[in-house]
Amino acid sequence: MSFPATASAVLAVGDAVPFRSPALDWHALAPEAVLVATAVVVLLVDLFTAERNKWLASTLSGLGLLGALVPVITLAVDGNTRSLFGGAYVVDDFALVMKALFLVAGYVTILLSTDYIGEGDYWEGEYYLLVVSSVLGMTLMASARDLITIFVALELLSIPAYLLAGWRKRELTGNEAGMKYYLMGVFASAVMLYGMSLVYGGTGTTVLAGIGRQVAGSFGATPVAALGIVFVLVGFGFKVSAVPFHNWAPDTYEGAPTPITAFLSVASKAAGFVAILQLIFVAFYGRDEVYGPMMWVLAALTMTVGNLIALRQTNVVRLFAYSSVAQAGFILAPLAVAGDSPAVADDAIRAVVSYLLIYTAMNLGAFAVILAVSRKTRSGELDSWGGLFEYAPGLTVLMTAFLFALAGIPPLGGWFAKFQVFKAVLGAGGASAYILAVVVAVNSVIALYYYANLARLMWFQSVPDGDRSPVRVPAAINLALALCVAFTVATGFFPGLVGHFGDAATDLVAVALRR
Amino acid sequence: MKDLLNDWGLTAATFLPVVGAVVMMVIPRAEETLHKLVALLTTLAVLAVGVALIASFDFDRTRTLQYVVDRSWIDVINSRYIVGVDGIALPLLALTVLIVPLVVIYSWNHFPEPHNPKAFLILILILETGMVGTFVAQDLILFFVFFEVVLLPMYFMIGVWGGEARQYAAIKFFLYTLFGSALMLVSFLAVYFLSPEVDVGGTMRHTFSMIELSDWAGAGLASTTALFVFGGMFMGFGVKVPIFPFHTWLPDAHTQAPTQGSVILAAVLLKLGTYGFVRIAIPILPEAAERWAPWIGLLAVIGIIYGALGCLAQTDMKRLIAFSSVAHMGYVMLGISTLTTFGINAAIFGMVAHGLITGMLFFVAGSVKDRYHTLEIKRLGGMLLQAPRLGWVLAFSCMASLGLPGLAGFWGEFPAILSAYNPAAGLNPAVYRTYMVVAAIGTILAAGYLLWLLQRVAFGTPREEFVGDDHDHGHGHDQAHALGQGDRTGSHALGHARIHDMHLTDYLAWAPMLLLIVALGVYPNLIFRVTDGAVVNSLTALGR
Repeated sequence: MSFPATASAVLAVGDAVPFRSPALDWHALAPEAVLVATAVVVLLVDLFTAERNKWLASTLSGLGLLGALVPVITLAVDGNTRSLFGGAYVVDDFALVMKALFLVAGYVTILLSTDYIGEGDYWEGEYYLLVVSSVLGMTLMASARDLITIFVALELLSIPAYLLAGWRKRELTGNEAGMKYYLMGVFASAVMLYGMSLVYGGTGTTVLAGIGRQVAGSFGATPVAALGIVFVLVGFGFKVSAVPFHNWAPDTYEGAPTPITAFLSVASKAAGFVAILQLIFVAFYGRDEVYGPMMWVLAALTMTVGNLIALRQTNVVRLFAYSSVAQAGFILAPLAVAGDSPAVADDAIRAVVSYLLIYTAMNLGAFAVILAVSRKTRSGELDSWGGLFEYAPGLTVLMTAFLFALAGIPPLGGWFAKFQVFKAVLGAGGASAYILAVVVAVNSVIALYYYANLARLMWFQSVPDGDRSPVRVPAAINLALALCVAFTVATGFFPGLVGHFGDAATDLVAVALRR
Repeated sequence: MKDLLNDWGLTAATFLPVVGAVVMMVIPRAEETLHKLVALLTTLAVLAVGVALIASFDFDRTRTLQYVVDRSWIDVINSRYIVGVDGIALPLLALTVLIVPLVVIYSWNHFPEPHNPKAFLILILILETGMVGTFVAQDLILFFVFFEVVLLPMYFMIGVWGGEARQYAAIKFFLYTLFGSALMLVSFLAVYFLSPEVDVGGTMRHTFSMIELSDWAGAGLASTTALFVFGGMFMGFGVKVPIFPFHTWLPDAHTQAPTQGSVILAAVLLKLGTYGFVRIAIPILPEAAERWAPWIGLLAVIGIIYGALGCLAQTDMKRLIAFSSVAHMGYVMLGISTLTTFGINAAIFGMVAHGLITGMLFFVAGSVKDRYHTLEIKRLGGMLLQAPRLGWVLAFSCMASLGLPGLAGFWGEFPAILSAYNPAAGLNPAVYRTYMVVAAIGTILAAGYLLWLLQRVAFGTPREEFVGDDHDHGHGHDQAHALGQGDRTGSHALGHARIHDMHLTDYLAWAPMLLLIVALGVYPNLIFRVTDGAVVNSLTALGR
């Protein structure tokens, strides 16, 4: 076998050439640079401000995240695909769309956190520093086209998330959340690293495009390649909480501070999907008989198991934990058929990216309502939501919109997300695709039951404790709600908005097939 | 004016209710009269647009789509905003824009608990958008979106304003319909991918346009595939109709829904399903339709008999009417399953007639509930003595419903049965003639249960518990005085003053429906001449 020899040859060459600093495209790195600067500023400001001025950290980090959007937009206007570090770091439309998603999701998380963290007995400066760092990891992930870069980005986004998940350190559930998330995350990293080592050992390169060429060639046919692909994807299966790797999610979601739960269920999950997309479409595309069936099984299991367990939940956060597990199943479904043909691959990437964008808005919106309501009820039990319509009609209408958007009922945004999934899956054709489509259809109905059940409690039940005093919603949460509902409703009526971003993101596939 | 109507008429009819709903959202909840006025004016404006559309409809070209608007909507999937009406859609569109303002008028003083006219009327307006949109959409995805838009308002209407078991009924309605429509969407997508690409602005792309897809009509499609694809549509439309055995949501939803909800459900929502068969499933997949037809016919006649037997077993007036809906929709489906122009014309007539008549019956049932606070048939009786006008309206509606010649119900039922004598060429006449005999027996059962209902509710003497007892407390009573209405002289003489007769709002809301039932019964050509050409058109793919 020749590949160990190739690998050592690469190392040998690396040793011989003296290190020279690569040419840096600062424009391409500007979003990350802004985030790094923000993190540093937040840390310094926190050190030198009095207790009563700690709110500065929240404001500054929010501004920093929005500031990082500016270079993302200028890069998008510029339109050139920029490739740095020998193809290890690529700024294309796909990366920009996802970076924008992470930055906005991070900003909404900060909005949700402001009052929660300010009013609770928590450290503020560190909290925002960690959120910004995690978002930095995600924006890196969107551009990472190299195994090492992917791994670094993953750790950069995960390690702050482990800490944040355990932020309620005085409570047992908080400790459990952090610990469980950490152990599972590290375990997943280990599995993934093992897979990466197999892939690297076989191909002699860590750059995804290079791996893609080899996987399509003779190396792809070897069992080692299959093993490597499976292990790497399993690692990200943990990240996106795909069944059977989802066990950490409910406990972590329940124990973490609610804004962090929202962050994990949306941004962190999206980052996992970004990595999966890059790996599948750039590196592993030639082996669709390996990842295709794997994704098929993961998708079917994830949505079915997530939905069925969600039916039995009595705690609203756990309900949303399982609902987000199930939603991940819907997002995985197009990947099962992605290898069918370049046209289907395009459709699959459109579906995943559109789904992620819409899902982010609707899920963050739902968590914003949960936060607002729990400020009054101080309870996560579903029963405490009874009769919400009587004393908080505005929040009830918003929550109803988010719930039915998640269920995929037109004319709210979620229908287009589900629709794109159906379209990608059916576009592939063949018996297994049709069966998967029917599984998706049946699961949409199951999911409706628990979403509608929450709506039922809010609208049809009476208030359990008879307390009809209105819910006071802080300005920051109102802003978050407005952003989310505007996006959710607008995409329902004019799906072209999201469709356009999905279209732009297909340049990831184009790269893979250009070889 | 004509240009304006051509370009904006259908769009206005579809989205005016949403505009009204948005206006109402910003009006404070306490301004109840204002809410009612805004809702009424909005629905009347839609009615006015509808009348204008009918007035300038070219009745010589019923088979071509008119008022067509074709704009880009979701470019990524080449789904377009295409709306238009032809002779099939026009009667149903007219029915919808007529029924909704009548429901608003009826609601004026009849808001069910927990009251809240603001939310209630907003939901009705959103429903109207969904219903009108479904009948005018000519793009599968646009159709799907409108088809689903009606779900949420109806869910909340049943769940918030409904009867005892409202929560169960609401979620059952929702789950059944969603299950059907999820499979329907899969079928729409399958059609999208399996049909050939068409030229869109210079590039070849797949299309969701019903017009293009009807032209294609499943040519070159493997017959097994077509059967499955039709099956998905069958589930989506069949649950909505509802066809036996998917009908079980209907009695619950009807019984638990508030009167207004039942009326809209019976009058319009059920038609979305049958309309889907005529507009989408049959023209796009005619060959699969031919193979499915005998089975659809079988389920239709089972529905007729099952619905009738169900009626005979009911003790609740509203539930009885709900089961009669199952039976009547059976006739409509039987007409459709013959795949002949005669049968489908009859089916469309049956949809309109059923909408008017069953809508009327639910109105009466709601009024009975208002006055007697029960719908238990065995506790009612002697309505002709206590509230003679209401009693006669009930009698009239029952007669219309059982298919008395001269009233609208007859022209929905009789031609449907007749059409089964001679089904389309590919279908087995022997099977259909059996269906015909069974369906005819169904009409006898229908006469049985409706007359029995009438006899027990309207005839005889009033029960002791409703004599001289103030069962109509509250606003209704005072209202009758305030409006200078309430013809109660007859009942005064008999000493049954407490059950009052029809209100002004009842007269206003019911008169148009009663008049139409007579008018269509006497001159059925009002509808047949509109639908005939369009039906011929939609069956061209069958080669007949």
